Amino acid sequence: MTTDLLKLRVLPVATVALAVLAVWYVGALWLNAPQAIEGLNRAGQPWGSLDLVNAAFAMKRPVLPTPGQVWADFSASVINYPVTHIRSLVYHAGVTAGSALTGFAMGVTLGALLALGIVHNRTLDASLMPWVIASQTIPILAVAPMIVVILGNLGFTGLLPKAVISMYLCFFPVTVGMVKGLRSVDPLALDLMRTYNASPLQVFWRLRLPASLPYLFTSLKVAVTISLVGAIVGELPTGGQAGLGSRLLSGSYYGQTIQIWSALFMASLLSLVLIAAVTLAERLLVHGNGGRR
Amino acid sequence: MSADSAPPDAARPPAPVPVIEARGLSLIYPTADKPVIALDAINLTIDAGDFVSLIGPSGCGKTTLLRVIADLEQPTSGTITVEGMTPEAARLRRAYGYVFQAPALLPWRTVERNVTLPLEIFGTPKEDRRRRAAEHLAMVGLTGFERKFPWQLSGGMQQRASIARALAFEPDILLMDEPFGALDEITRDHLNLQLTRLWATTGKTCVFVTHSIAEAVFLSTRIVVMSPRPGRILDVIDCSDLPRDRTLDIRETPEFQRIAARVRQGLKEGHSYDD
Repeated sequence: MTTDLLKLRVLPVATVALAVLAVWYVGALWLNAPQAIEGLNRAGQPWGSLDLVNAAFAMKRPVLPTPGQVWADFSASVINYPVTHIRSLVYHAGVTAGSALTGFAMGVTLGALLALGIVHNRTLDASLMPWVIASQTIPILAVAPMIVVILGNLGFTGLLPKAVISMYLCFFPVTVGMVKGLRSVDPLALDLMRTYNASPLQVFWRLRLPASLPYLFTSLKVAVTISLVGAIVGELPTGGQAGLGSRLLSGSYYGQTIQIWSALFMASLLSLVLIAAVTLAERLLVHGNGGRR
Repeated sequence: MSADSAPPDAARPPAPVPVIEARGLSLIYPTADKPVIALDAINLTIDAGDFVSLIGPSGCGKTTLLRVIADLEQPTSGTITVEGMTPEAARLRRAYGYVFQAPALLPWRTVERNVTLPLEIFGTPKEDRRRRAAEHLAMVGLTGFERKFPWQLSGGMQQRASIARALAFEPDILLMDEPFGALDEITRDHLNLQLTRLWATTGKTCVFVTHSIAEAVFLSTRIVVMSPRPGRILDVIDCSDLPRDRTLDIRETPEFQRIAARVRQGLKEGHSYDD
């Protein structure tokens, strides 16, 4: 049992991870070599290939930092500072997660309401759906600064503008998934409810909503990741006081590539946690209720 | 029951009580090229306690007729009454339970909660719901499967659960639309036997749509043979010569063979076997 798990789950993942690390180190050597050679030549002493490797892997501002450097920076920022400190990546992740989750909640609410309207009303289906799709053709990078500026003018700063950007990205997959889910109901089941003379509300709670849950959760997994993207994008034009986006921005201002990479690492870690949370909720709600595996 | 306005047989001791009566019932679907006559001037009377099978090839309107009785389709002309009311009033009074071609069980509910679904909608108290579910699951031989989910059951068991669901609120009429059509013959024989016992013990009026001659003869007190394009009644065959208490062996009797031959003859006259 344990050996099977090792063979089937751990081994493939570990193999890919090792391959990625190997390519990464080779890439770091290749990309950092010109700068490293320049530095070694400037020092004026004779140097060998081993010196070059050491120099390329230990630069202060490398073109591509090694995984070791990123990990050292990441763990230092996590371990050396309390979570409320401005230099702690956990603190920044918390700020970003806060606005991402607020935006996610707003987006899911908006998306679900739109889906309900679209499914239950023909006029809304015809009038809203094209706009819902059109809304996603606008590049978020162009809209984000405007949302920040407009909301800032109205007196909203900090979390809300970022959450609105997340919401803008999030509602779309929720609407599309839930419309499909609410329409996925077996026509026979609808006939059955009619023979019981069930009210529209009873049909919704006992039939349409449970039938839509598997679709909804697929959408929620997409939505929760892009809510994080929205929050990070929203942190870029705010000038960057806190959040993973501001770490990325200040890192690129000052050429701190290591800082950028460790912020990226934190961002992907955070999205993994968020997806795991949605998957857990899905297990409890859908599979726990007898949904087919 | 009779195909047209034949006088009721006064010789039979208990006077038959008509439960479903159709007079000149027609249903025409408008389509792009030409209208489809699904039902053409149907006259039919079904008495209380009857087991009536509607048989015919695909497209003969047998399912449509059942759906009209259930108020799931609206007739274009003619009249139909169910327990003396319009089909809609009968539906609102919960006069019938409907069993579909597919079990149509909700996959996120256990077998028990599927059976209690209509009771939940009618607002039956919880204790009562559980008692009735247990009772009707026992009736279809599914005791012990209350906590299982539909996908954990075989096709035959799923269909039995859906019959238990249709019986759960104790309607007077059971409408069944090819409930065993998707099952293998062995399972079908078994379920037919169970169904005939169920009918004998509950005394419900059953209307059963099928395209199996053997099934129709085995189950019915009367068989209605229908033909397609337009949907018409060709023949109504009385099966009261067969005993009410039936086992699978009666299929070998000459009486059974005679009725089956007459059904086949009726289908042939309706051009059901033409290319």
